[in-house]
Amino acid sequence: MKPVIEVENLVKKFGNFVANDSLTFSVFPGEIFGFLGANGAGKTTTIKILCGLSSPTSGKVSVAGFDVYRQSEQIKRNIGYMSQKFSLYEDLSINENFQFYGGIYGLSRKEIRERTKTLLSRLDFLKAQNEVLRNIPQGWKQKLAFSVAVMHQPKVVFLDEPTGGVDPITRRQFWELIYEQAHNGTTIFVTTHYMDEAEYCGRVSIMVDGRIEALDSPKVLKNQFAVNSMNEVFVKLARATK
Amino acid sequence: MRTVIFILQKEFRQVFRDKLMLPIIFIVPVVQLLILSYTATFEIKNTRIVIVDLDHSQRSRELVFHFESSSFFKIVSRQQNYQLASEWLKNGDADQVIVIGADFEKAIEANQSAKILLVTDAINGSAASLMNAYAQQVIQGFNKNILTEKMPFTTNKGTLSAEPLFWYNPKLNYVTYMVPGILVLLVTIIGFFLSGMNIVKEKEMGTIEQINVTPIKKWQFITGKLLPFWLIALFELVFGLGIAKLVFDIPFLGSFPLLMGVAAVYLLVILAMGLLVSTLSDTMQQSMFISWFFLVIFILMSGLFTPIESMPAWAQWFNKINPIAYFITINRMIMLKGSDFFDFSELFYALSGYAVVMLLLAVNRYKKVKA
Amino acid sequence: MKGFVIKEFLHIFRDFRTLLILFGMPIAQVLLFGFAITNEINHASIAVFDKARDSKSLELQQKLTASGYFDINMQLDNTKAIEKAFRSGKVKEVVVIPPQFGKTLDLGQQTTIQLINDASDPNTANLISSYTSAILRDFAADANPQSTLLPVATETTMLYNPELKGVFMFVPGTITVLLMLVSAMMTSISIAREKEMGTMEVLLISPLKPYQIILGKVLPYVVFSFVNASVILLMAYTIFEMPVNGSLMLLLAETLLFILMALAMGLFISTVSNSQQTAMLLSMFALMLPTILLSGFVFPVENMPLALQWLSHIMPSKWFIIIVKSIMLKGLGIAYIWQETLIILAMAVIFILLSIKKFEVRLNLK
Repeated sequence: MKPVIEVENLVKKFGNFVANDSLTFSVFPGEIFGFLGANGAGKTTTIKILCGLSSPTSGKVSVAGFDVYRQSEQIKRNIGYMSQKFSLYEDLSINENFQFYGGIYGLSRKEIRERTKTLLSRLDFLKAQNEVLRNIPQGWKQKLAFSVAVMHQPKVVFLDEPTGGVDPITRRQFWELIYEQAHNGTTIFVTTHYMDEAEYCGRVSIMVDGRIEALDSPKVLKNQFAVNSMNEVFVKLARATK
Repeated sequence: MRTVIFILQKEFRQVFRDKLMLPIIFIVPVVQLLILSYTATFEIKNTRIVIVDLDHSQRSRELVFHFESSSFFKIVSRQQNYQLASEWLKNGDADQVIVIGADFEKAIEANQSAKILLVTDAINGSAASLMNAYAQQVIQGFNKNILTEKMPFTTNKGTLSAEPLFWYNPKLNYVTYMVPGILVLLVTIIGFFLSGMNIVKEKEMGTIEQINVTPIKKWQFITGKLLPFWLIALFELVFGLGIAKLVFDIPFLGSFPLLMGVAAVYLLVILAMGLLVSTLSDTMQQSMFISWFFLVIFILMSGLFTPIESMPAWAQWFNKINPIAYFITINRMIMLKGSDFFDFSELFYALSGYAVVMLLLAVNRYKKVKA
Repeated sequence: MKGFVIKEFLHIFRDFRTLLILFGMPIAQVLLFGFAITNEINHASIAVFDKARDSKSLELQQKLTASGYFDINMQLDNTKAIEKAFRSGKVKEVVVIPPQFGKTLDLGQQTTIQLINDASDPNTANLISSYTSAILRDFAADANPQSTLLPVATETTMLYNPELKGVFMFVPGTITVLLMLVSAMMTSISIAREKEMGTMEVLLISPLKPYQIILGKVLPYVVFSFVNASVILLMAYTIFEMPVNGSLMLLLAETLLFILMALAMGLFISTVSNSQQTAMLLSMFALMLPTILLSGFVFPVENMPLALQWLSHIMPSKWFIIIVKSIMLKGLGIAYIWQETLIILAMAVIFILLSIKKFEVRLNLK
């Protein structure tokens, strides 16, 4: 199968600081790819490059078959993005947010109506569709932001710390949403620092100080480091590089 | 184009959902027009004057009477000597002191020149020179009376008199002059702050990233951001013009569509500038301060209060890049003098060029991809 | 406590753009007011409609140009052209010289010159017309030397500002606006910001006492305001030769008092507003506009409608501007300005009491 994200020797420097140090990895269609690392390890930098928000210093990067240097606008048509900072409009209603983002992605008004209905009923949130976002609890907002990010049926969805500041039950529900989406063939690229969430991923990469130090399925990694949880894998790796 | 419509829809929703917005759009113009046109005036009405009459004669009383009957002066006190009178100046309770010498009448009767002393508090220099000019006018009237009284039959050889005529504003009403300028100020401030706050707000809320990962085009984004404020500001202008007509009865001699046309171009400059500031700042506070800084300078130099022709060469040169100066000049020409397009075509072309440059800069500075 | 004050300084310095504006704004304003904002008539552009075209009329034109007040940029030859010249805004005044001007003068008959002014700017029109009239009077006097002796001659003294410099008027106002901006606006916004970010709560539960927190917050702004005011005074003194006729110590003491008042005001605004934006809007509309318009900064208050004059009495800036002018220009001592000083002091006390009351209410609610 042809990978949907291909990264080869990606380097990103800010002045003398190397945020991403020759990263190489591939992500395949329908995969849930966990992109782990401590705060400041360089995760957000990578995700911004993959989304076309920032350009790399060097290296080969393609997303959904398009090159990030030359075809970043085509990439944007084929991806969805949800950032750690909550990014729906607080002063608009749920419906209005869906309408706006759907409109930007070029969906017709009919498509917007239908998909909003489908996505909201999946969340069992149809009755609240005219509520202004400001009045909605944080956990719900994040589920809504995810729904908006997949509204135009992208090939890949990038989730940057999607479950930050959310209670365990909502996190659980959020991951169910992710599974469902992946089941429908969407590739999920997710960063998180909750190591229990790493267990839900098909494959994970662990980044330390701008470098990828490990990349495989959680099961293989746990065996490799002879431990019982991803948390321990992470701690061992972090110590090893110090 | 469809994308732009979706952005417009969203921007309008956000603007009108803000509870502060409607009062700002409807109350601010009224307050500004009312307060500014009454406060922002260099008009001198009641110059407070202290009389020191050392002569106590028929003639000196006549001169004082001339001042009394002038509408520009209000005699607030009569003092025995200059020392006492100057206390009034020090306390700020009077603007001028007139000292009439003890030999006033004698000198006049002897056909010599009688001296009077006119002391003006000149801290406000421009007001002082006006007050001085008014006082001179009164004294001149007094002179004329004496001359005709003394020499009723000798016509002076070669009398020359000046007949001043004041066109467009025969009563020299200051409000008439200020209101067209204040209207410009109004649309400028509304337009500049709304657009200046806009993108930076999306930055602070984090929504700008969400937009940057969409396939939206730069021009679509900028158009969607500009158009709502452009329409609101144009509406403000019409609303303000209505108040100017109803409350102040300001004349409107020129063509209304012409004015709106110029305003439409002018607003592009202002809005694009606001967006530029917005893209250059990280927080609303910064954007606010930067906007404020430039607005204050632009407004002070725009000729709103003092004529551009009175400014030194560098300031006049600076005004070539001051959009507010262009529109205030044109607006006054259209409203008060009925000028047509050909009377200010050069200014208009310059303004249009400016709009193009600013728009290009704004589009260019807004970057979806960071280096 | 010391560390806390340092943190506040760092906050301000780190925001370079704001800092630039805080210092750049007053300097730019003083320069503008000093050099550009003036009502003086100086090479005003006028036109002549000379129906006589004789040697006398040419002489008159020469005299107009020689004065330096006017440039004759247009010669008109019909009445219609006057309107056109005004509408294009190219000239401010048209001097209409009647036919046979010289002949009439020589015959000793009455002749009238029309001065048609573009009065859409009434102030300038008034000035230009009175300057032209004065030149005409001179011209008439030259033509007929016998009538020069006027019954009353006026000796004019321009007190406190003999050269009528605009900057003398504007420096006190600029200092006042600036102190308001830095002291009141910046403190209110910075405290509102801490509230918004939730960091105020952290400070409140720290071992620091509330008065220490407030002191730490306002101290940097006291320093900034004071430095800024000094820079303006220094500029006024060196560039514009504005004197300090009274006591410098008194001036600085009054400045400190006003800063205290402005800070108390800023504190009060921050206690009533919960977000930066509210604090900003409140500062803009409740502080800046009245400070600029109703304080006698640019526009004399005496000429405003009565209601606005009353309103101006509750503007602290009005009293401070009077104080600054009295000390710097009139050279007066405290004997003349103790009332104004007391008013500002009273305002400071009122704002501090109000803030304390508000603050306590907030703490009690917790």
